[in-house]
Amino acid sequence: MFRRLTQPISPSARREERIFYLFIAPWLIGLIAFSIGPVFGMLGLSFTDWRISLDDLQFIGLDNYSKLFADPIFWTSVGNTLYIVVGRVVFGVSFALLLAILLNQKVPGIAFFRAVYYLPTVTAGVAVALVWIWIFNPRLGILNYSLKQIGIQGPDWIFSKTWVKPSLILMSMFSVGPIMIILLAGLQGVPKELYESAEIDGAGNWAKFRNVTLPMLSPVLFFVIIISVVSSFQNFTEIRVMTEGGPGESSNVLIWYLWENAFIFLQLGIAAAVAWIMFVILMVLTGIQFRVGRRWVYYEADA
Amino acid sequence: MTTRKRQDKVSWRRSIEGRRAIGYIVTFALLVPLGIAFILPFFVMLSTALKPLNQVFAFPPRLIPETVQWENFADGWYGYGYVDFTTCTWNSLKITINNIIGNLVSCTLAAYAFARLKARGKNFFFAIVLATMLLPNEALVVPQYVLFNRFGWLDTHLPLMVPPWFGWPFFIFLLRQFFLTIPEELIDAAKIDGAGHARILLQIFIPLSKPALATLAIFAFIGNWNNFFGPLLYLRTPNVQTLPVCLVQYQGAYGNTEWHLMMAVATIAVIPVLIIFIFGQRYFVEGIATSGVKR
Repeated sequence: MFRRLTQPISPSARREERIFYLFIAPWLIGLIAFSIGPVFGMLGLSFTDWRISLDDLQFIGLDNYSKLFADPIFWTSVGNTLYIVVGRVVFGVSFALLLAILLNQKVPGIAFFRAVYYLPTVTAGVAVALVWIWIFNPRLGILNYSLKQIGIQGPDWIFSKTWVKPSLILMSMFSVGPIMIILLAGLQGVPKELYESAEIDGAGNWAKFRNVTLPMLSPVLFFVIIISVVSSFQNFTEIRVMTEGGPGESSNVLIWYLWENAFIFLQLGIAAAVAWIMFVILMVLTGIQFRVGRRWVYYEADA
Repeated sequence: MTTRKRQDKVSWRRSIEGRRAIGYIVTFALLVPLGIAFILPFFVMLSTALKPLNQVFAFPPRLIPETVQWENFADGWYGYGYVDFTTCTWNSLKITINNIIGNLVSCTLAAYAFARLKARGKNFFFAIVLATMLLPNEALVVPQYVLFNRFGWLDTHLPLMVPPWFGWPFFIFLLRQFFLTIPEELIDAAKIDGAGHARILLQIFIPLSKPALATLAIFAFIGNWNNFFGPLLYLRTPNVQTLPVCLVQYQGAYGNTEWHLMMAVATIAVIPVLIIFIFGQRYFVEGIATSGVKR
């Protein structure tokens, strides 16, 4: 890239280049001011004893990090975060795949169902989080009432230390809309000829799914898993509205731990360190996925 | 006779119509219950919103209220001086509309550049767009908070209304994908007529990209209307709050007792999103599909 930068180019190409940079200028300024600047500013601040004012910062090296690593609540919140990430990837993505397969059937009224399945995603916010508190109510909620009708004594859901994380995962399965649609588009992109030739070879439904659908869908599946890992780190609204990290610390996830440190305990240096650890965890998880992905993702161009 | 019948049955099951019928039954047996499950939270919200208080805590819970109490909507909305829903709604609306326009303008420019202009460094910058799509924005709040504090923007709408004018990676990516599908010949013809890039963008790309721009506008509407984190962080005084924060304050103040009123205001808060979704649903779904497939 840099060698090419020094190569001479024609005046018209130079004019086009100037327009290019003019057009991306707003994004570029925003990138520096609101993303890259903060990311690196935060790295610097995570080495200071920053509490409220920025004026008399002391450089304290890795103290914030060692304080964090010595805090059992920090490790609980790392564990809770990973629990929810794994749960949302395993259950969320397979549920979205099931929905996408259903929506890919040629039956009348399918556009209606597609809209219905997408609906909870667009309304995911404070209002619906409030409704879920009510649904999860152990005594009066509709969920435990329905379970009782079929003879099951339901748990205390978000009010129970063991059930709060499964509850949040269950609730998130209602807003898998985007990944469901991406998977649906992926399914519709699988060439029909492949299914036809598999049928000629005598493949049943499962064999077709296993040997045609899954390999052809694997790049999309890979993309969707990466998205759902990232979005699992951003579940602040539910936690703030429904559990505030509780009961105990059982739904204290990293984003909540960060929020508490920054804006409740006013330990901004520590909060900056937490944010950096979140980035590192995300980068490691994404890296692992690209690593493992090489083994299971099938790209047509390679064949 | 019986064997004949059984054979008929087997061959019907194997026939094309038979298979299709069984397929329909299995598909609907799954589609319908799941559809009901997806609607259920709304139904609970609406039915609680319409109940008188003594029926809210009744057991067993009833999905259909015995008596419908429409006053709940007005009572929830105006009932408490502490939370002013009218002001909150105006604030939400103002911020949302500004942010939609800001996103459309800034992302259209960047998307056009990435889709149609040649420049050294373009691939490098596009890789950054893709990488920042994966950055969890919530984790950046601490330094952003400090920055906006320095600007003296805390407790104003500026921290929420200024950044959208500086692009959003996901939208830039989405629009670029769409712009790539516009035929090259149209641009060449315009160039022969002496049109510059600004004119090509305004007169060819924008009119041809209405579905994509509509998708983006719907996304931006929903995202900003539901945004909770930003307002919670930057706003303090009641008269600058947005709707989601108002709802939470309401919950904090009255949440454990006045469920019917809370569900009534929650219903009102959700209605604009529902309307936008119902009317724009087709664009919306296509827009997301594009983002995933053409990598």
